[in-house]
Amino acid sequence: MDEDELHELTAAYALDALDADEAAAYERHLAGCESCRDELARLAPAAAALAYAVPLEAPRPELRARILETAAAERPNVVPLPRHGSFFGSRAAVAVAAVAACVAVGLGAWDVSLHHRLDQDEQAIQSVPLVGATGSVVIAPTGRAALVVASLPAAPAGKTYEAWVIRNGAAAPAGLFEGGARTTVVKLTERVPSGSTVAVTVEPAAGSAQPTTHPFITSQTV
Amino acid sequence: MKDAVTCLLASPSRSTLPMPRHDLAQLSDEAVLALCSQFDELALAELYDRYGRAAFSLAFRILRDETLAEDAVQEAFLAVWRDAGRFLPERGTASTWILTLVHRRAVDLVRHEERRRVEPLPATELSADGAGVEDLAWLQLERERVQAALAKLPERQREAIELAYYDGFTQSELAERFGEPLGTIKSRMFAGLARLRELLEGEQWTKTSSTS
Repeated sequence: MDEDELHELTAAYALDALDADEAAAYERHLAGCESCRDELARLAPAAAALAYAVPLEAPRPELRARILETAAAERPNVVPLPRHGSFFGSRAAVAVAAVAACVAVGLGAWDVSLHHRLDQDEQAIQSVPLVGATGSVVIAPTGRAALVVASLPAAPAGKTYEAWVIRNGAAAPAGLFEGGARTTVVKLTERVPSGSTVAVTVEPAAGSAQPTTHPFITSQTV
Repeated sequence: MKDAVTCLLASPSRSTLPMPRHDLAQLSDEAVLALCSQFDELALAELYDRYGRAAFSLAFRILRDETLAEDAVQEAFLAVWRDAGRFLPERGTASTWILTLVHRRAVDLVRHEERRRVEPLPATELSADGAGVEDLAWLQLERERVQAALAKLPERQREAIELAYYDGFTQSELAERFGEPLGTIKSRMFAGLARLRELLEGEQWTKTSSTS
């Protein structure tokens, strides 16, 4: 395979769509080709984002234990001490990451843990606790949001739960849901701007245009 | 900035004194990965807690078998453990790196097992509790975002990307499957992935921010 052909393999490599020989040839090429390294750095996050589009599954708890036990068994007896010199390159990189990480401290644990799941210049995702139930409202910077409630019993027969976004005393309907799951996750149909709150009421099965009962769950102000 | 300095100074000595968990939770993925490179087991546990579910979901989608998916996830996280010191933050984020490792292991296994053919997936019911709940909500929002971007790709590009990424087909196998020249498949994958990148950036939750 000549060099021109190898240039064209970046997307297929990012998608792991090369066979073993092609992948090895491409990796050798990559070591000496800066433009391919740059292109791969651009395309790899888009390929990795595809990982998030799959149906969500829960791994068995045993898997976590197995991974940690195996890792512990592999732990070297001598821990490498950071030094300048031959380690300097990678230590410097680590230091940059550590500083970047620590600057982010103070945004809140969850925000920070999610911080690098999107691109680096992202703004943090917000989480606001609920009053009246265990859970929270999770809000992306665009205002897109989800309501998460733990242990919410199913709505009474002939009734539904309705979520509301309340701002300046006005309630906008933000979705109907039934509850009854160990964890109820509702993607709100209304955006949740700063200064608003999210509330939940019990409504007739078809839902209401305005709340007809008092909210039994409210969020803190966003 | 005081925190930044404290943290930076503190990190080398952490090799023998793992950070308490609540401190780990405050760190970015890249910083936790840096602790992993010191063979801090709590740091590996923290990365697993952040990415284990996404990793397993991806591996299960590709392999359609719980045991094989667990194997892929385990091998990927052990590769994280062994190679954390070689991760270069300027080349990309830790999450991209971790998910790339998981994907590669899953694709290797699916090719080895010859299992990859399009079969319906079993429906599963998800549950979450405690701290995992917010992560779950985030994953669901992220899933919708990426699915929406995928749906905007031209049909042929989307198909090539999905068969490659989720079913483990190589570009040559796709050329054969579609009866088209390899060059056509290559350019379709490139155009599709480049477009996906634009769409994801355009849809980014951060677009409303004025950070840059």
